[in-house]
Amino acid sequence: MKLDLSGLESTVPHFGTSDGLSHGFPTAPSFDLPITGDFDGFQKEAIQMVKPAKGTTTLAFIFKEGVMVAADSRASMGGYISSQSVKKIIEINPHMLGTMAGGAADCQFWHRNLGIKCRLHELANKRRISVTGASKLLANILYSYRGMGLSVGTMIAGWDETGPGLYYVDSEGGRLKGTRFSVGSGSPYAYGVLDSGYRFDMSVEEAAELARRAIYHATFRDGASGGVASVYHVGPTGWTKMSGDDVGELHYKYYPVTPSTVEQEMGEVSGA
Amino acid sequence: MTKQAANWSPYDNNGGSCVAIAGIDYCVIAADTRMSTGYSILTREYSKICKLADKSLMASSGFQADVKALQKFLAARHLIYQHQHNKQMSCPAMAQLLSNTLYYKRFFPYYSFNVLGGLDTEGKGCVYTYDAVGSYERVGYGCQGSGSTLIMPFLDNQLKSPSPLLLPAQDAVTPLSEAEAVDLVKTCFASATERDIYTGDKLEIVVLNADGIRREYMELRKD
Repeated sequence: MKLDLSGLESTVPHFGTSDGLSHGFPTAPSFDLPITGDFDGFQKEAIQMVKPAKGTTTLAFIFKEGVMVAADSRASMGGYISSQSVKKIIEINPHMLGTMAGGAADCQFWHRNLGIKCRLHELANKRRISVTGASKLLANILYSYRGMGLSVGTMIAGWDETGPGLYYVDSEGGRLKGTRFSVGSGSPYAYGVLDSGYRFDMSVEEAAELARRAIYHATFRDGASGGVASVYHVGPTGWTKMSGDDVGELHYKYYPVTPSTVEQEMGEVSGA
Repeated sequence: MTKQAANWSPYDNNGGSCVAIAGIDYCVIAADTRMSTGYSILTREYSKICKLADKSLMASSGFQADVKALQKFLAARHLIYQHQHNKQMSCPAMAQLLSNTLYYKRFFPYYSFNVLGGLDTEGKGCVYTYDAVGSYERVGYGCQGSGSTLIMPFLDNQLKSPSPLLLPAQDAVTPLSEAEAVDLVKTCFASATERDIYTGDKLEIVVLNADGIRREYMELRKD
């Protein structure tokens, strides 16, 4: 058996020589750094110019039948909504999902990178990587970039040989095992709904509804969250997408329109 | 005397707007040809649209020096790809290459805001939008640059396609014909030019379909 220590390497996406052009496909350049004495100051300015600051609501919880993962889909740059259709639940492989909060590019890139590492682990060891292992690979990478300004708040959810797994990983180096997490600017609202409605012995349908309701209520109270509430379930056979609902339409499910008295009078008049 | 650090600022914003619309079997990519810095117009005919492969085109606004460097890098990578695989890179592959290229400059970003348009392996129109550090998303229509905040709401109003995240899934392809899409793009830019000082002079429209590439130009306000 081979032990994969690549997560401990400091320059992670450095696959070959640093000359990105001369060796073709597997070669990728390592990260370019600005030639300046004030790296922190430069980062602070540059990031303000280019990065969409993101408000988000994501959640995941373990229950009897597996893990339920849900997220909204809004991306904003300041007050401007730059997208209403972001895929914040990233499909790492058929048995594992990652969620996205913080910098969109940071999350997307490092989850793609994690997907590669998980596949390589599978080929080297002839079995799928555990959720514990995968989350640690990601946490080690993020820790190696600590202080460089990455912004990632993610949950790794999946099903492995030990059953359902759920970890919270962030760019400050934190890695927590747990049964219930919510990440992002809408998380306080999502936690409110989630904590009051959570039971371990829920059915898949009940759990999906709880996750959807928590996301909906977060998008209702948090201006930086919105779009589509996506819900995924991870079971022993892998993940399935349970639902994707426009929260604008979900509103009428949770707050049905009751005809007002004026409208009723109008109806009677037209009926007469 | 107080200690003073040299004020190193490598970026400029040259403005400009880019729009791309994907159809069933075509893709329309458009950008204005004005290049400015501050209140000065540097040139009235600078093309922001670059052909990366037979079936992928990139329109970029932001800092044109970074854009040029990015275009050269992608051209070089595409040449290597052609030598190794003896074929043109597909648009989805180019989309991910662009994403990775942008992210490798995560700590010293290309100050460029790109839309990539083209035809996918099935011949369907595809549009990808990016942020400056490489997060990307496939969309039915996209818009980047200084006029994006004026154009995007208009496109949403005219084209609002169902979100690709919805379940049951709904087809997200723009329901317009090629000629209608070109007209819509012209309207977008005519309007954006009225209210954005960095957009104007001339509109370059590139239409990509099974027959190949066609270019069209339309004059915009020059004030």
